[in-house]
This record gives sequence, structure tokens and C-alpha cells, in this order.
Amino acid sequence: MSDRPRTLSFYLLAAFFALFVLFLYGPTLTILVLSFQGPQGGLTFPLNGVSTHWFSRLWAGVGVVDIWAAFGRSLRLGLVAMALTVLLAFFAGLAFRKGFRGSNLLFTLAVASLIVPSIVVSLGIGLEFRVIDDGIKALATATGWPFLQDHGTAMGLYTSALGAHLTWTLPFGLLIMFAVFNRFDPAYEEAARDLGATGAQTLTHVVVPILAPSLVGVALFGFTLSFDELARTSQAIGGRNTLPLELQGLTTTVTTPEIYALGTLTTAVSAVVIASALCTVLWLQRRRARRGPLKL
Amino acid sequence: MTEIVLPAPALAADKPRTSLNAGERRRRRLTYLQAAPMALVFLIFLAIPLLLTLMVSFWEYNEYEIVPAFTLQNYRDVFEGCLNGSDLCTTVRTYLSTLKFCALTWVCTLLIGFTVAYFLAFHVRSRTTQTVLFLICTIPFWTSNVIRMISWIPLLGRNGLVNDTLQSLGLTKSPIEGLLYSNFSVTLAFVHLYTVFMIVPIFNSMARIDRALIEASYDAGATGWQTLANVVIPLCKPGIAIGSIFVVTLVMGDFVTVGVMGGQQIASVGKVIQVQMSYLQFPAAAANAMVLLGAVMLMILGLTRIIDLRREL
Repeated sequence: MSDRPRTLSFYLLAAFFALFVLFLYGPTLTILVLSFQGPQGGLTFPLNGVSTHWFSRLWAGVGVVDIWAAFGRSLRLGLVAMALTVLLAFFAGLAFRKGFRGSNLLFTLAVASLIVPSIVVSLGIGLEFRVIDDGIKALATATGWPFLQDHGTAMGLYTSALGAHLTWTLPFGLLIMFAVFNRFDPAYEEAARDLGATGAQTLTHVVVPILAPSLVGVALFGFTLSFDELARTSQAIGGRNTLPLELQGLTTTVTTPEIYALGTLTTAVSAVVIASALCTVLWLQRRRARRGPLKL
Repeated sequence: MTEIVLPAPALAADKPRTSLNAGERRRRRLTYLQAAPMALVFLIFLAIPLLLTLMVSFWEYNEYEIVPAFTLQNYRDVFEGCLNGSDLCTTVRTYLSTLKFCALTWVCTLLIGFTVAYFLAFHVRSRTTQTVLFLICTIPFWTSNVIRMISWIPLLGRNGLVNDTLQSLGLTKSPIEGLLYSNFSVTLAFVHLYTVFMIVPIFNSMARIDRALIEASYDAGATGWQTLANVVIPLCKPGIAIGSIFVVTLVMGDFVTVGVMGGQQIASVGKVIQVQMSYLQFPAAAANAMVLLGAVMLMILGLTRIIDLRREL
């Protein structure tokens, strides 16, 4: 097709694509601009001067909500979810490639995890942890063990919420690993083995370096999906909320550009993560290209 | 000669076989070990919670506590008033409302997603440009959904950009109410958020289509539209199905978008569950969740019949 001259349909489709990109980014750019509203400015245009007033208001805290604590929690949880997603998806990908009994069941579970509505997953995890709490309380009264007496709830950021996030990030990670391993040439591993490398050596010196760009991609999915996750977290979090949950609450109560400032900040964090992930991938590919296939 | 030689290979074959068996067993154990962590996560945070929800949906409850005694009352409550009377019951009305969003979103995301994917796959010639444009489509997916929802406020609000523009152009005299916090804004937000779920799988399907097939179609005298209808679309069916599954399940279970973009005024199945959870009516919420799950599974069943998801990667 590439030797044909550009047709009218190309220009129509290109225009459609441009409109789509505008539709995709336009609204976000609008709140980015409006977050620099002057102190007198409101939620809509026009801009009443340009200032960082709303950012400093945000810095001081939004009402009763400790937004920075929530921000920190989401950041830490995102990093933990990212690390676990990369590790678990990578090793599961290796296992799937070799094949094992029950692999179909595990694959079905992963797909189910994607397509079961988030609210149902969240509700289930919430119920599960209530049952666990009841169990611990019953155990506490039955045994009288002092360390169980003050048990509040097992629900929390790194238990129920992390689990809820993993049900969302892991399927994506696994699907990416499938796509990656389907294109991975086993000859590299065989060569390493022929040269006397052990299984672990093959993994660390051959497989991981070759797959590194894809693993960065999995990490990107792991972090961003967790950092922005809301529906699955909603019923599976203890007393302390994550940032998206606080944000959702603020949409009904905050009527100043402060919420746009918060939006700009959250988007900036995502943007930094996305940019660094993409740069890492580019850098890895460049380095590989520079070293060349022969010197590998 | 043979009598002497024969045992030797047999022995030689025997020895490696036992060590191979040990090695093979070790490798198998290793494989299980590699898959175990993920299996454990899905067991603890998906399988058990779902079974527990199913179980609790049959339990009794009152204002104070949940009673582990079997009852079908929760399911009767879900469908209360559905069998008698000519008016639609609450549940059916809620499902119809959600299904309406589902259908609207599905049609819009499919049309937009297909067009965008088609442009990327068949009209962008350089591989690098293709990757960059594809990334441009996916980057918003990695940013916050709530932020992307509230970013419509300055555009659709009563004094928003759309109303201002319309008025200054003299097209409308007073601001149009109901751009924001309406069925329209909810659908718009769904399309805004979920079109990417259509683009990626459809693009993936299109990228695998052998370009020779397109050439053959043209050589055989087919027009562009005929090629699209008889070659491209049939070969994109798996991608369309995967995208549809995503969109359908995301919209069916949604309560955040309907909440934020509907100004907390529009009912959805997910929202019913969320409200019941907040009143600690767990068995009722569980019964609703099971009905929702059943409805979603029924909708997906048809789609999954068509495709083998694993082969598509």
C-alpha cells in the first residue's frame, strides 16, 4: 500500500485522528491551564490573572482532608504494586511458557480478574476481610491472648487494598508477558545453556536483559494502574483512603480551582512516570543497538 | 556382538533417564514455584472473595448483624415487584439505564476506536510514526480517571466553554442546562475513558492482517468499502470482541463515572451495591453483586464463544 499516492480517505482519517487526540487531551489541558487561575478566578474560563495561588492553597491542605498523606499512601502502594506486578507476572510468564498442569485454570482466573466488575471484586475482598476480622476477634475472646485483644482490622493499605490492586494490575502484566514470550526466541537461552550457563545465570544474563524494555512496560502498567485505581479499592480499604478515593470525595465538596491544581499535580506524577518509563525503554533499545547483535 | 553391545546402550539410556527424570521433576517443581505466587494472589483476592460473596448472598441480615442462615430473601428483594404490576421494578429500571449507557458507549467507542485503529494500521506508513501515534492514544489511559472526568467541568458547565461559545456565536440565547451532570456527560465520559480499550485490541488485530490480502482484494476489483467490509472487518473480529468485552464490563459495573459525571443523581447497578455496602447491608449487596456478575457473564459469553483470547496475543 505504501507505494500508492495519498488518497482523500487518508486526509479524512488523519483529520478524524487529530480530532480524537484533541478530544483525548483537550479537557485535561483545560484544567491544567485553569489550575493557574488567579486568586479571584472560578471553576471556568475566563482566567482572572495567572498565579500559583491554588497550588499554595493545596500545599496548605484541602479542608479536613489530609491530601498529602493520601498522596504518599498512593505513591507507596503504587510502588509496591509495581514491584509485585513485575515479579509475579515475569515468573508466571516463564511458567506459562514451559507449561504446567492447571495453567488453563490460572489463565482463566487472570482473565476473570480483568472482566469481573470492579465493584464485585471490591465487595468480595471487603467481605473476606470482615470475616477474617471476626475470626481474629473470636480467637481473641476464646484464647485471651493479649496480642490479639486490640485487633482493629486486618484491612489496610498493604493487605486488602494491595490485593485489590493486584487483581487489576497482574492480568495486564501477564497478558503483556504472554505477548513478549510469544515473540522471544528460545535460541538465546539454548545458546546460553550450551555455553554452560545455569538456569539462574541464563535468566539474569540473557532473558532479563533481552526482555528489559518489556519489563519496564509491565512496571509502567503496574504503577499507573495502581496509582489511579479507585473502583476496586473503594470497599477494600480500611480507614485511610488512597488519593483517587479522596479525589472522588472532593469532586462533590470542593468548588474552587484547588481541585484543578490537584488534578494538575496528579497528572504530572503520572506524566513523569510515563516519561521516565518511555525514556528507559528508548535508552535500553539504543544501548542494545549500539552494542550490536554480534558483540552481545 | 549384539549380546555384548545391547546392554551398553540400555544402561547408557537408563542412567540419563533417571537423572533426566530428576532434572525434569526439579524443573516441574520450579515451574509450579514460578506460577504459585500469582495463583495465590488470584486465589486469595479473587476466587475466595467471589465464593464468599456467593455464600453471603444467601445469608440473613437485620439492622445489627449478619446471620449465617440460608435464605433466598436477598434475591427476592432484588427483584421485588418485578413479577407483579405493570410498572417496571427498581432493579429492572436500573439495569435498563445501565444497559442504555452500555449500548451507547459500545457503539461510540467501537466506531471511534475502529476508525482510529484503521488509520494507524493502514494509513500511517512509518513504523516510528505508528508507534508514536499509538502511544499518544494510550498515554491518557495511564493517568487518573477521576481527573479526566472532572476536566469536563470547565467545558460543559453552565458557564463553561461550550455554552460560552454557543452563546457568543448566537446559536443559543441562554446556557444549555444538562450538558454536565446528565446522561449526556456520563456517556461522554465513558467514551472519553474507554475508547482506548477498543483501539488497542482492534489495532493489534489489524497489524496482523497480511497486507497481501488487501492487495489481492483490490486486484480482484473490490472497492475500498468492499475491502473494508469483506476483508478487514472479518479479520478484526477478535479485536472487536476483546474491546467489546472490556467496554461492556467496565460500563456495567461502573459507579464512579456515573456518580461523578451524573452529579450523584443517576442510578447504576454498581452504585446500588456501593450504597448497600455503606449501610452495611452486606447480604443484599452480595445478592446484587451476584446478579450483576451473572448479567455481565451472560453478555460476555456470546463474545468469548467467538474467540480464543490466548491465541490472539
